[in-house]
Amino acid sequence: MSDRIFGIFGVLLAIGFALSALSIEESFLSDAVGPKAFPLIIAAVLGLSSAAIALKPDADPVWPGLKRLAELAAASVVLILYATLLPVLGFVVATALASAYLAWRLGSRPLESAIVGVGIALGIYAIFHLALGLSLARGPLGF
Amino acid sequence: MDTLSHLADGFAIAITWQNLALALLGAALGTVMGALPGLGPSNGVAILIPLAFTLGLGATPALILLTSVYYGAMYGGRISSILLNIPGDEPAVMTCLDGYPMAKAGRAGEALSLSGIASFVGSFLATWGLILLAPQLVKIALLFGPDEYFALFALAFATLGGVSATNQAKSAFAAALGLGLAMVGVDTQTGVPRFTFGEVHLYDGIDFLVAIVGLFALSEVFVFLEHRHGGSDAAHKSMVIGRLTPSAKTLMKTAPTMLRSSVLGFIAGVLPGAGASLGAFLSYSMEKKLVDREGTFGKGDPRGVAAPEAGNNAAAGGALVPMLALGVPGSGTTAVLLAVLLSLNITPGPLLFTKNPDVVWGLIAALFIANVMLLALNIPMVGLFSRLLLIPPRILMPAVAMVSFVGIYGISGSPFDLYLMVGFGVMGWALRKLDVPLVPVILGTLLGNQMENNLRRAVTISNGDWGVLLSSPLDWILWGIAIVGFILPMVVGKVMRSRMQAARHGEAGEEMDEAD
Repeated sequence: MSDRIFGIFGVLLAIGFALSALSIEESFLSDAVGPKAFPLIIAAVLGLSSAAIALKPDADPVWPGLKRLAELAAASVVLILYATLLPVLGFVVATALASAYLAWRLGSRPLESAIVGVGIALGIYAIFHLALGLSLARGPLGF
Repeated sequence: MDTLSHLADGFAIAITWQNLALALLGAALGTVMGALPGLGPSNGVAILIPLAFTLGLGATPALILLTSVYYGAMYGGRISSILLNIPGDEPAVMTCLDGYPMAKAGRAGEALSLSGIASFVGSFLATWGLILLAPQLVKIALLFGPDEYFALFALAFATLGGVSATNQAKSAFAAALGLGLAMVGVDTQTGVPRFTFGEVHLYDGIDFLVAIVGLFALSEVFVFLEHRHGGSDAAHKSMVIGRLTPSAKTLMKTAPTMLRSSVLGFIAGVLPGAGASLGAFLSYSMEKKLVDREGTFGKGDPRGVAAPEAGNNAAAGGALVPMLALGVPGSGTTAVLLAVLLSLNITPGPLLFTKNPDVVWGLIAALFIANVMLLALNIPMVGLFSRLLLIPPRILMPAVAMVSFVGIYGISGSPFDLYLMVGFGVMGWALRKLDVPLVPVILGTLLGNQMENNLRRAVTISNGDWGVLLSSPLDWILWGIAIVGFILPMVVGKVMRSRMQAARHGEAGEEMDEAD
């Protein structure tokens, strides 16, 4: 069943890709092939392979329960937040928070998570910024 | 002789204090990454590419660092195969068969050092094979026009899944997805934006490093989160290493095995669609047929450890031949190495050998150096490396995620690429769940623009005649191989897979019987 849904999604994706390719504005300076042809070939391959997946599906994978899916969604949100807050909070604070969250969700106890989070943040800061001179996001505190 | 003088030049480039230090660092880091749970050679190199890039290393030093990491990770992967019966990556599956029984018999140290020596022999011989074969292939490649190149790219995608591919429709889907992602951005030939949806950040296209790190490294974090697999697999196992050096008698006994397996593995590596896991599998099966007279294979025979390790490392070296000479990688791991080259603004292919011989021969010299260092590093320190298996993923995976972010942020400094990376991470997780291979996606994003350029160049040169794509005998041959390579797995793939499975489960079953 998963593969059927996936295949149908793929066909839709291919149609969307093809439509989007057709709407590319041609420039007056164009080569014999133009910017549309290759994307249309790709869309065809994408569509055909998706149709094949939908018509001849594999056995279903074991999907995680709702709780686990929520877990993954939460982790993605945290990582997005991390990316957004990186320039606001500065590298060390943001990284400590994000890695502590991940460590906690992977089964560390709260205290251990906090230590792991701070440890990872300071460790990366020391190795990559202080030792190797990589520029990391600077927060209001300067680190 | 010409070759030898080139090689000498290569060593002159590679042997500086900085480069030797980088090789040592890379070898150590690589072994660590190979040994750690959830990080393989592809992941390890993927995370480090942006870092090497942002640290402003030159082309040759960066290449030396990253190839050492790559080779090191191949060495490190066998540690968990032997000690825990958990293969670090796919090629290491066959190493479990005799490695784990040896470890259970208290000969873990011997198995580890023997596999280290076998890996050394395999890569050493394969590097010589590379030196001899690549320049010949370059001569053929120089005959290629844009139409042949287009066919060659198609061939690479068609055979990427290999003979043991599970579902060719999914491989094709993955390749098309990757190629589609490569189309995003301003068209290089006409300057019109494509698939950018007005987003300025997308005008430059999607950086393939963002895709690689997201799909490989970050999706791994999601997989661990999904299973909430935070504990270490090694925590409850007693790991007795035993003596660290194999006896001279064992070495003598395994030497012919190593040599034969290296040759076979190298050939498997060069051919499209075979790759390291098939190299290991073929070597193991051949040795079993040839020398297993007492039926000791699968019960801790040292030759059963030496064969797949020599085979898969030789195949890894062999896979470099098409990658360097043609610019078309035949396997996932070489695809990541191609990403290394491209991010250093080096385009592999026949011209590389004439235009940048320093890079080619410096790289080859680096392979030799890394190999020797790994052997020197691994035999005495394998006990230390095996301790790494005890690090629980609940501490390791957050660090992996954060280092990925640091690398990508270092390149662009914009949160946009980080959002994109998280998106790729989620996508990678979903694709893994659905059993869609990730390597074609990566290869598609890497090669998409080159493939399109060759198509457009070919058709433009012939004044818009698409027939040019099948105008030379070479075109027909390449397309023929591509089609056969795509269809063959549908016919024989099941047989191959069930054999590889049977080999693994058969041994496991016998173990059970013994235990009863």
